[in-house]
Amino acid sequence: MLIRIIAAAALYAAAMAVYFTVEEMPLYGKIAMFAAVYLVIGYDVLLRAARNIAHGQVFDENFLMSLPTLGAFVSGELPETVAVMLFYQVGELFQSYAVGRSRASISSLMEIRPDKAVVLRGNGEETVSPEDVEIGETIVVKVGERIPLDGVVAEGESYLDTSALTGESAPRACRAGDAVLSGSINAGSVLKIRTEKAFYDSTVNKILELVENVAGKKAKAENFITRFAKYYTPAVVGVALILFLLPSLITGEWAEWGGRALNFLVVSCPCALVISVPLSFFGGIGGASKSGVLIKGGAYMEKLAEAGVFVFDKTGTLTKGKFAVKGIYPEERADEILAAAAVCEKESTHPVARSIMEKCPVSAAEGWAVTELSGMGVVAEKAGERIVCGNEKLFRKECIKHEQLTNENTIVYVARNGEYLGRIEIGDEIKEESKAVVAALKAGGLKTVMLTGDNERAARIAAEKIGVDEYRANLLPADKVAAVEELIEREKKVVAFVGDGINDAPVLMRADVGISMGAIGSDSAIEASDVVLMKDDLRGIPLAKRIAKKTMRIVRENIVFALAVKGVILVLSALGITGLWLAVFADVGVAVLAVLNAMRTLKGAKREGLQP
Amino acid sequence: MKKIVKVENLDCANCAAKLERALNRIGGVSVNINFMAQKMALECEDGRYAALAEEIRAVAARVEPECVFKGL
Repeated sequence: MLIRIIAAAALYAAAMAVYFTVEEMPLYGKIAMFAAVYLVIGYDVLLRAARNIAHGQVFDENFLMSLPTLGAFVSGELPETVAVMLFYQVGELFQSYAVGRSRASISSLMEIRPDKAVVLRGNGEETVSPEDVEIGETIVVKVGERIPLDGVVAEGESYLDTSALTGESAPRACRAGDAVLSGSINAGSVLKIRTEKAFYDSTVNKILELVENVAGKKAKAENFITRFAKYYTPAVVGVALILFLLPSLITGEWAEWGGRALNFLVVSCPCALVISVPLSFFGGIGGASKSGVLIKGGAYMEKLAEAGVFVFDKTGTLTKGKFAVKGIYPEERADEILAAAAVCEKESTHPVARSIMEKCPVSAAEGWAVTELSGMGVVAEKAGERIVCGNEKLFRKECIKHEQLTNENTIVYVARNGEYLGRIEIGDEIKEESKAVVAALKAGGLKTVMLTGDNERAARIAAEKIGVDEYRANLLPADKVAAVEELIEREKKVVAFVGDGINDAPVLMRADVGISMGAIGSDSAIEASDVVLMKDDLRGIPLAKRIAKKTMRIVRENIVFALAVKGVILVLSALGITGLWLAVFADVGVAVLAVLNAMRTLKGAKREGLQP
Repeated sequence: MKKIVKVENLDCANCAAKLERALNRIGGVSVNINFMAQKMALECEDGRYAALAEEIRAVAARVEPECVFKGL
């Protein structure tokens, strides 16, 4: 095509040279000369126009380009006609180049598709396409290669770069028995992995599908613009016809009004309008995925940009979802208390016990006889010594004097030989970023609500610490759905729900926008949510909101810009002020500018900062 | 059944929208074309796929003769 354009441009230059130098050229000579150049540059447009009309497709770009140029040719504007066709083709080429480029750069953002898998079969290694590996086969992943399928490490120990999946740049250690996700890069040493999923169900394919959003819902803006285009073209063509017939009948200046009407036809091409919107969404989704935010489609991009209420699940979302020692009191006896507790809790699998052991730096003393009293705590005995470690109930039973208090934490009392040593408070830790993120969302004019199954008191303390506007306590999973429904009803705003996707799938689905965090690898969470944050980090929420808003701004800019330019040029054409040139610009020029603007969505948004 | 098919040589986004509209007028199949991803998601009853695939090709040949389906 490029060669054809260059050739045609050269021919055109030659023709123009002849046109201006040879003065006594007969008219038919000129016509033949320009017609030849016209055909060289525009034959395909003419052919397609003819073929589509034969198929009953009248209002397509080719026809809308052919008729005006042929019209101009007949009215004797020979050089202009050819130039306009040339300009049109250059514009088309540029447009398809720009679309191709943006496609390529978006797919390179998501360049996590593995193209091969090395599988152990028989006595050797075989390199096959990842689709052809069966579940349960063993694959070999060398250093620097991408893991092609989800599986479990069978042999080897290594580090994985999971940045493509989670946005997290710190490498993750893995060894035999660990589950690994496709899409991670092996950064340490050779791994043998037993596959657990077929390529189709593997994480990497799920992510690609999600980002390409093939089956996803189209955004309102996109539906609007395609529907608009459907009526726009026939309407403009209709107006063109009226513009041609009415004034011509009155004034008799057929050629003049015919020319103006032909301009209309060129402007009536809907492409620039239609291309910019899906491209912007596609770019926005691609850019977001680069930052670890997967958005399932334009429709959710739109909703996210509009979201006015953010509802958070507490455990695992605002908090870390695992127990940790929050404090040991009295603090000056902390080491003694911890050492005594460690004796009791050493072998226990209870989460509270595990959190105490995590905190205990030295290994506990040996030789103690440990009795676990279900629902109360643990008693350890050795050579007449006796350590009691447990809750209020146990201490009342043992008749050991202790402090009386209740707060949001679980309290473990510790006593040695009947003497009360102190208490260990264990709680679910609030994530470091929770408070700042909630504050930033509130500063951005958004409402924040926390839902939890905890009791009222614990919920209130956590809500105050995190700073949410509202909280609901004592909720069962089904109550959370009702709470979200009530918020949708009451606030009359788009409500987003943020959860970890593990047991809140119904809430994720019920909310206008369901956002799950750090749920990569969980099919049901990905299935249920509209937006997936690959990293378990709340800062992804304002980031996602920022990206959505930026994308929507660009979508609107493009719609307004394309409509405005087309409108202005239609008016100017009707008044006879502009000619075919500007009309062609209104078609392809606008398309190219809109594509370039849409490309800005690819950059995503500023990564840092919490402003929503 | 659901299927995802690659669609190549679609000229512009408007052509994609036109093709999508035309294909959705075929009874028994629901089609969603993503111009940027050059892919089409289609959903139809299990047993009717073969007949519908034929019809999709026929309609596409009329509306957008240049487009090529891969995997239909």
